[in-house]
Amino acid sequence: MEYVIEMLGIRKEFGNFVANNNITLQLKKGEIHALLGENGAGKSTLMNVLFGLYQPEAGEIRVNGKEVKIANPNVANDLGIGMVHQHFMLVENFTVTENIILGSEPTKFGTVNIKQAAKKVQELSTRYNLDVDPYAKIEDISVGMQQRVEILKTLYRGAEMLIFDEPTASLTPQEIEELIQIMRLLIKEGKSIIIITHKLKEIMEVSDRVTIIRKGEGIGTVVTADTNPNELAELMVGRQVEFKTEKTDATPGEDVLLVEGLTVADYRGIDKVVNLNLNVRRGEIVGIAGIDGNGQSELIEAITGLRKVKSGSIKLNGKDITGLKPRQITESGVGHIPEDRHKHGLVLDFPIGHNIALQTYYKEPISKGFLMDYSKVNEKARQVIEEFDVRTGHGEMTPARALSGGNQQKAIIGREVDRDPELLIAALPTRGLDVGAIEFIHSRLIEQRDKGKAVLLISFELDEVMNVSDRIAVIYDGQIVDTVYPKLTNEQELGLLMAGEKRQTTTLNKGGND
Amino acid sequence: MKKRKFGLALTAVLAAGTVLAACGDEEATNENESTTGEGSNAGDTFSVAMVTDVGGVDDKSFNQSAWEGIQAYGEENGLTEGDGGYAYLQSASDADYNTNINNLLRRDFDLVFGVGFMMADAMGEIANENPDSKLAIIDSEVDAPNVVSVLFKEQEGAFLAGAVAASMSESGKIGFVGGVDIPVINRFHAGYVAGAQAVNPDIEIQVQYTGAFDKADLGKTAANLMYSSGVDIIFHAAGGTGNGVFSEAKERKAKDPDANVWVIGVDADQYDEGQVDADTNVTLTSMLKGVNSAVVDISTRAKDGEFNGGETLVYGLKEGGVQLADSRGAIPEEVMAVVEDYTAKISSGEIVVPEEKPAQ
Amino acid sequence: MSNRLINILVPVVSIIVGLLVGAVVMLVSGYDPILGYTALWNGIFGDSYSIGNTIRQITPYILAGLAVAFAFRTGLFNIGVEGQLLMGWLAAAWVGYAVELPRIIHLPLAIIAAAVAGGLWAFLVGFLKARLNVHEVISSIMLNYTALYITNAIIKSLSDGGFKTETVLASATLRAQWLRDLTDNSSLHLGIIIALLMVIVMWFLLEKTTRGYELKAVGFNQNAAEYAGMSVKKNIILAMTISGMFAGLAGAMEALGTFQNASIKAGFTGVGFDGIAVALLGANTPLGVVFGATLFGSLKYGALNMPNAAGIPEEMVSIIIALIIFFVACGYVIRLALSKFGSKKEGK
Repeated sequence: MEYVIEMLGIRKEFGNFVANNNITLQLKKGEIHALLGENGAGKSTLMNVLFGLYQPEAGEIRVNGKEVKIANPNVANDLGIGMVHQHFMLVENFTVTENIILGSEPTKFGTVNIKQAAKKVQELSTRYNLDVDPYAKIEDISVGMQQRVEILKTLYRGAEMLIFDEPTASLTPQEIEELIQIMRLLIKEGKSIIIITHKLKEIMEVSDRVTIIRKGEGIGTVVTADTNPNELAELMVGRQVEFKTEKTDATPGEDVLLVEGLTVADYRGIDKVVNLNLNVRRGEIVGIAGIDGNGQSELIEAITGLRKVKSGSIKLNGKDITGLKPRQITESGVGHIPEDRHKHGLVLDFPIGHNIALQTYYKEPISKGFLMDYSKVNEKARQVIEEFDVRTGHGEMTPARALSGGNQQKAIIGREVDRDPELLIAALPTRGLDVGAIEFIHSRLIEQRDKGKAVLLISFELDEVMNVSDRIAVIYDGQIVDTVYPKLTNEQELGLLMAGEKRQTTTLNKGGND
Repeated sequence: MKKRKFGLALTAVLAAGTVLAACGDEEATNENESTTGEGSNAGDTFSVAMVTDVGGVDDKSFNQSAWEGIQAYGEENGLTEGDGGYAYLQSASDADYNTNINNLLRRDFDLVFGVGFMMADAMGEIANENPDSKLAIIDSEVDAPNVVSVLFKEQEGAFLAGAVAASMSESGKIGFVGGVDIPVINRFHAGYVAGAQAVNPDIEIQVQYTGAFDKADLGKTAANLMYSSGVDIIFHAAGGTGNGVFSEAKERKAKDPDANVWVIGVDADQYDEGQVDADTNVTLTSMLKGVNSAVVDISTRAKDGEFNGGETLVYGLKEGGVQLADSRGAIPEEVMAVVEDYTAKISSGEIVVPEEKPAQ
Repeated sequence: MSNRLINILVPVVSIIVGLLVGAVVMLVSGYDPILGYTALWNGIFGDSYSIGNTIRQITPYILAGLAVAFAFRTGLFNIGVEGQLLMGWLAAAWVGYAVELPRIIHLPLAIIAAAVAGGLWAFLVGFLKARLNVHEVISSIMLNYTALYITNAIIKSLSDGGFKTETVLASATLRAQWLRDLTDNSSLHLGIIIALLMVIVMWFLLEKTTRGYELKAVGFNQNAAEYAGMSVKKNIILAMTISGMFAGLAGAMEALGTFQNASIKAGFTGVGFDGIAVALLGANTPLGVVFGATLFGSLKYGALNMPNAAGIPEEMVSIIIALIIFFVACGYVIRLALSKFGSKKEGK
């Protein structure tokens, strides 16, 4: 059998923690091999072992049948292994060519021969249909294009085996499609690919075989054609996963949130939300569907008091909260899961326990007068951690930074839900999370609804909006262009609405603010 | 996290900066090779030591002059540098005076000089705490029975410098660069202005206080401004800061041998400071302040059992405490005649030179 | 290697390496390193007089270090400690001699005056940053110069053209005869008690109060703080003001303890800038600052004895002291590297 890379019985420990245990992965020549696992399952660790960043405690690595020891990334490069990192390692104000040759500059009489390098970059770009301008500056090109520069970088160094670490995480759907084409072309040219991902859809579409790891253990390798997403998910999570979120029909009550004629400008003074009307009722989840940048962020920031309202009114349970300070709004019963958990949701350098106190630190029993009671902080934190299944290394004292994205998000949701808000705003609550965490978060949102609270969900993922919401408000260009019911619509129609097309049919007209 | 890394890098940079700054000074040290003398018998000899102010012992001026006096006294009496002989300690900041004086007393020096106006407080305090010690302070008065205070009539010497400058200036513009704006320096200033105006009432005198005795860069900037505006003679009374005045003048002279720029030095004969090349020198003369001879004088008297503690000694033109240095021919005969005339008048009391700086 | 061991080992090893390199420098330039270091040791701990003066030297370093560390902990870089110190110095000296009150009121009043003056000076920086988005490094550097020349001008006018203010009254001095008696007339004064008290104050403020929680949150992540309903602007101004108060107290140590007056300065005292290094050496923790200040103060004071007792020139001493500090600073870099890579390499 012709394997280009074989990782046999790899074991990697960090102190007492076993990140990889007895994992075997064999890459055939000319195949796309997916490495599947939840966040924190040990995928990146395994690939870092292959790339020479970590040394394994046990197991062996063979390249083209020969046992090798990969002491550092340079050795990996020499063996023809190239890695396209999830977070691009590019110098923003260098050109494409300069970035590609960084570290292996071709020199002529002591000066860098850029022209020669650019020519080679151009050749490679043409050959693999990458369409990259060798002289463009990184800061001027799109994220998708930057990823291609990373791919070019590995090809330039003569990589035969390419590792893609979560390559689709930051790409638009169209860019994902193009990336898949590029991968196929690479295979045709005789390269072999390992793709790290937890997105089942992509795996089904692009890979030949899948190796699954769960909590550091190798579960096995299956041929993609012989499996299906449900089976993969089960292998990955270790139990049955519900793709369709189970929930009863909503029984909405009176308005909790009522937004009327809202206009909000962004930092440049351009109106991003224009005369927008929206209501969310007790006992329902309203999903805001829309393409990124259509005013979702500004809408949430206005509701939560983080951004100035230009005109219009926001009422919570009939009380006008327009223009109040964030804390006053929080106190009147709004919970907010922010869209960027690192930027707004957490103080990453604080222990997770301190983070859980972020909204309540100034109130009894967390503090008395001007004194914090950290034993109460920790007590509360332990309760939330327990209740929301936040997995931490050292309990409430674990730095927030050290938690996986899913657990960070669970902690935030725990913090917000624990305050039992009348209105819970969840902005992109599952971005970047794996299926297990997504499922958990969805069920928590529904639980809030069932308790008779109002939930406002903002998401770019159509699946999520369709599955979780009771009612969908489509936002386009700062306005709610239509309101539909998930049961009475489909992805195609939603897609068109999100793109600004007016609805043709009249059957669903009753949706709206009835 | 980023910030902390930056911080650490900064610490390293700061530390490196200190190292580099220190390296810059290294050259100057080698000439001061000092040997630690094996305790010579303190009974027979009379040992003396001094504490410099922040200008340092090689300031080419005031502190150096005092140190030369100490050395001269030491040689005269066959002493070696070190305990039981003669020594100095240098102060890096105002906070060090106290410790340095104390350290020298603990090493059993019989007489300890504090060089500089700023040391008065420390001197007074230590004098009280150590009533049996013998101390001397230069340029200030300390009211204690075991301290000799030494003052100079700088204004009288500066008067002569002013007279020379006004006589020789071609542009009718002369300059004065002072150190810190304190009474001692004000006396230089006052005398210089009075002397210049005595010769030429219409003379334009530019004055600048740099606020420091140890910042040559400030002296250079001040001199640059003055020379650029047509000043041709600058008198400095700024210790180490004055070295910047010399370097500015020398640079101009080196660039253009016909440039009419002169410096009048201070405290010690600063002829060497003005050397551009073998034939060219920008030092017109220097106003000598006899710190060295005063130091020798007081030390010798103390050795002979005539320590005049509690007294204030004032050295003026008459006492030879201040005078002009040999100009090596830079000053013509007729100007020298004027200088001699004024010297006589001041010595006799016919002219009383003001101490307070003129209102600007 | 366990973390705890590294924590203890790294600074110790760094100091030893620094001393060794310093010894080589001395050897190469023809001085006896053993004599030199004996002089250094004696200069720091040799007798009660030295110990007294060493502690006196450490005192302002602790407060300057706290000022910088406090600002760092709240996400600000206060490079203006020097200026705030000068303002505090002058304020304490002025209150110290210009008013007559019983000691029990006078001394605290003079100290508080210094804290207020330093705090106000830093408040300007915080205000400019919060309201006009002026970077605190720029404004605080500029305010250093402003403080230097303003205090000089005020001292001059207070003393009718002189170069120093009157000596503070006995009712406002930090000096205590019993301390002087205890340490053979060193200039040790009660300020060290205030400095150590402030160490506890900073710790308490940051670790025990809701305000401290807010300040830290704002320091780490302004966006999250804002999301949590904290006023970022208010906290920036407050953090800067508190930092300035520590700096002002450092000035009070000089005014009421070491010098007993305020005098015209030709340049900066350097204590404020050394405070940056002290804070960073102490990893910006209150207790760490005490250690950083002890290292800085001891070396700085003990070094005076090296020309005195070992005949090593002043400049050579500066190089050696700088080398020791340099290696200690590097030690922290090494540790950072160790802890970063240690996690990856562990178990090898």
